[in-house]
Amino acid sequence: MKELRIHGRGGQGSVTAAELIAVAAFEGGVFAQAFPAFGVERRGAPVQAFVRFNDKKIRLRSQIYEPDYIIVQDSTLIKDVNVFFGVKKGGIVIVNTEKAANYEVPEGVRLITIDATSIALKAIGLPITNTSLMGAFAAATGEIAFSALENALNHRFPKELAAKNIEAARLAYNAVKGAA
Amino acid sequence: MMQMLEGSLAVAEAVKMSRPQVVSAYPITPQTHIVEALAEMVANCELDAEYITVENELSALSACVGASAAGSRTYSATTSQGLMLMAEVVFNAAGMRLPIIMSIANRAMGAPLSIWNDMQDSISLRDAGWLQFYAEDNQEATDLHYLAYKVAEDHTIQLPAFVCFDGFILSHTYEPVDMLTQEEVDRFLPKFTPYQRLDAADPISFGMYATPEYYPEFRYEMDKALRRSRDLIAKAGKEFGTLFGRDYSALVEGYRLDDAETAIVTMGSLGGTVKDAIDEMRAEGKRVGQLKIRVYRPFPAEEIAKILSHVKCVVVLDKNISLGSKGAVGLEVRDALYGSGIPVRNVVLGLGGRDVRKRNIREIVTQTEKGVGELFYGLRTEVL
Repeated sequence: MKELRIHGRGGQGSVTAAELIAVAAFEGGVFAQAFPAFGVERRGAPVQAFVRFNDKKIRLRSQIYEPDYIIVQDSTLIKDVNVFFGVKKGGIVIVNTEKAANYEVPEGVRLITIDATSIALKAIGLPITNTSLMGAFAAATGEIAFSALENALNHRFPKELAAKNIEAARLAYNAVKGAA
Repeated sequence: MMQMLEGSLAVAEAVKMSRPQVVSAYPITPQTHIVEALAEMVANCELDAEYITVENELSALSACVGASAAGSRTYSATTSQGLMLMAEVVFNAAGMRLPIIMSIANRAMGAPLSIWNDMQDSISLRDAGWLQFYAEDNQEATDLHYLAYKVAEDHTIQLPAFVCFDGFILSHTYEPVDMLTQEEVDRFLPKFTPYQRLDAADPISFGMYATPEYYPEFRYEMDKALRRSRDLIAKAGKEFGTLFGRDYSALVEGYRLDDAETAIVTMGSLGGTVKDAIDEMRAEGKRVGQLKIRVYRPFPAEEIAKILSHVKCVVVLDKNISLGSKGAVGLEVRDALYGSGIPVRNVVLGLGGRDVRKRNIREIVTQTEKGVGELFYGLRTEVL
């Protein structure tokens, strides 16, 4: 079983990202489970969302403490929240940041930084970074196919909005693939 | 067909396919997504039902009582404080023998205010005369609605039912759920044919006054009907299994229990985490198994006594506390095992949404085997 933890702020779409990543993974033929950290929903407050991937039915219901993957939607969280907590050796951390800062991640963990905010502004016209980061996640981990992500976005959003978000996801996907 | 759905939406779909004629509910976290979805289905003419919007939960269930007495299949959903506001009507609905189905997205009781999960709400109304089903995952959360309607509406039962599923932990989780088609649901669940109903042409009364000469007999009949529902659940659950491959005939279910020395008793979504913890402990040679209670009312005491007869010790995990006493499920499991000599430990955990991990389950099993440990598990040390 693989586990993903998403850190963001209320309003950034972390829960939607978890949902769509799980939907895309399910399309790829694995069992997936997505759930929020049940916070008090306030815009700007730190929030978490979780995804599990497994080749058999997922029964575990606890939150995720030792993830294989972490997505950080907002690098300003890093000073307030221990976002890298528990990440497994060999794991992957994806941070949205304008500067290619060298955040201190635990040993043996791969850090990928991406300017998802600029990508989102360019593709969507709004600083909503979740879909860009989903593209980056697909490229970095291989847990979900880009085509499945596209389908999930098309299913979730009206046509025009879906197209913009798919473009954001594609730009981030290509950026991560190109850097690798 | 397997679909990736949020628990609340899967439940709303199942309710829609159960063809309720009247839906009345008041939104409350974490139940909101269910009633939002149903309101939308009614507005879009996907569900041919009267959606009665009300000012609070007391009115929501009252509307269901009227509609059910008039002969409609009715539905509501609530949780926590909302359920408590309904409490008077909860007792009346059962006493008037109205087969209303209500989803409970289980949540803790205030004060202090908590929007998070435990089972204090529905368990606190265990004595009201409603059947109570508890789902371990969203598959059960959907399927149990069909089963609940079928059993509740049977003319030999005529009692309302709660279908309980853990707030947030199930209600807000996306996971694959095998959804039936409308055709399949129709095959299992026939149209509601009330035994009697309000009819101006043939007037009768519901919920009459009962003097001491008559009152105890009404309670006796309700108790008898609840006990009878065990057989109906077994029959309908088996039929569901034959039709769709998921057999719900058992009120309780064992997991790796046959050769177990220690049994962990669970209700609701905690069962999944416990199963994973059991697999880990089994791999280390520990003989641990799980007993899951899917039907809490009627309470399956005989089934529990039988299935646990061979174990050396039992630990009951309660996501509720009867303050000043113990966890409600623990008390009744102990009663079921009275005379067997099997020690029963009761652990209260997961209150107000406190996360329960596999390592907690493992620690509880270790404590139980050593005969140590307190009633409350995992408290912050500053209160001790």
